[in-house]
Amino acid sequence: MSDLRIDVLGRLCPLPIIELAKRIDEVEVGETVTVLSDDPAAASDIPAWCRMRRHDYLGETAEERGTAYVVRRSR
Amino acid sequence: MRGVSGYFDAATATPLHPAARQALAAALEDGWADPDRLYREGRRARLLLDSAREAVAAEIGGRPDEVSFTPSGTVANHLAVLGALAARRRVGRHLVVSAVEHSTVLAAARRHEDDGGETTTVRVNPRGRVDPAAYAGVLRADTALASLQSGNHEVATLQPVGEVWAACRERGIPLHVDAAQTVGRLPSYEDWDLLTASARKWGGPAGVGVLAVRTGVRWRSPLPEDEHEAGRMPGPVSLPLVVAAAAALRARAETAPALARRQAALVERLRAELPRRIADVEVLGPDDPQDRLPHVVAFSCLYVAGEALATELDKAGFSVSSGSSCSSSALTPSHVLAAMGALTHGNVRVSLADDATEADVEQFLRALDPIVRELRQRSGASDL
Repeated sequence: MSDLRIDVLGRLCPLPIIELAKRIDEVEVGETVTVLSDDPAAASDIPAWCRMRRHDYLGETAEERGTAYVVRRSR
Repeated sequence: MRGVSGYFDAATATPLHPAARQALAAALEDGWADPDRLYREGRRARLLLDSAREAVAAEIGGRPDEVSFTPSGTVANHLAVLGALAARRRVGRHLVVSAVEHSTVLAAARRHEDDGGETTTVRVNPRGRVDPAAYAGVLRADTALASLQSGNHEVATLQPVGEVWAACRERGIPLHVDAAQTVGRLPSYEDWDLLTASARKWGGPAGVGVLAVRTGVRWRSPLPEDEHEAGRMPGPVSLPLVVAAAAALRARAETAPALARRQAALVERLRAELPRRIADVEVLGPDDPQDRLPHVVAFSCLYVAGEALATELDKAGFSVSSGSSCSSSALTPSHVLAAMGALTHGNVRVSLADDATEADVEQFLRALDPIVRELRQRSGASDL
């Protein structure tokens, strides 16, 4: 289960990534943030952001509306 | 305003080469008649067309009768893929493409699938390159055609065409090489069965594409029968445009090695300076200049919308393209960037025109930094 869930449905890139970056520190290291987004760019950009910021990208699951991308804060 | 020196989108269209301008004017004068007619005016047009075909054939490492002109690189790609598949239908209906092919090749692949065919897409590494062994590994007994670009139009990655061609050859599978970004820039290669190109990428006019089919390679037009261009492209060509395109290519061939060296040095400078001057920028494509097109460099800036970046750069006098799609939910981001696992937002492609100088590159770097800062500040992303 994720520890923080961010709903950015309807918001286009780079806003989902900015929102994720702004809020990642709200969870402890080892906890997760789930980003719910319907922006097609998020599928590439959330894993890319994790790589650049050295967080762990845990994967995604389709939801009724949009896709849930799960990130683990690792530092 | 800065004029043409801030034009950084040569990978889309290169400004008309002076030799093309001259040839175009002459061909409008002498090449208006139908080259298939046997009277004097027709014979004069025929001479011009034959000579243009010879020039292009020499540059791509082919024979004149293997070369047909099309109205664009787009049509050339559609016909190369669909025509080769049609001719080898009895062998099978399997097509292999890389994940980073030009959208026109992928559009032809989708048409093939809509018609009941099958496509395998070969993945690329984070630098945008296919692994030749992985490519060879998906070739099958029923593979009718393989397609691989020579160099990537968005991130400059050169593909291992020679190795893939050898693997295809062993299995008797024709390889289509989309050489739009390399013809007229890098030495011509022998390693293709079908080759396509676009004149406006090498300083020819828009409206001329090249479709070359190697002698002995089976190809059947997906279009109604017509005798023009060896039966490969219906309708008469625009002879003045074709003549101008060939003149540009001929003139360019002499200067191409020196130009490539000069452009590669400018690209190297951009690749080195961008991460030094701009925070959180990812420079894309291979690090080794040997593995890249000489004139293209792409990068992505974190937390910035690519279109906003391109718009602000335009105001500052720089014309660039972007693979981002932040402005509309209907559009998807660049399939090339997505296939590489690169950041798709904040993307800029710089592709140098022939006259780009170190001063242009320096001015670009100076203009970029405050624009990126301002855009990040506007969206509250300055300190993230």
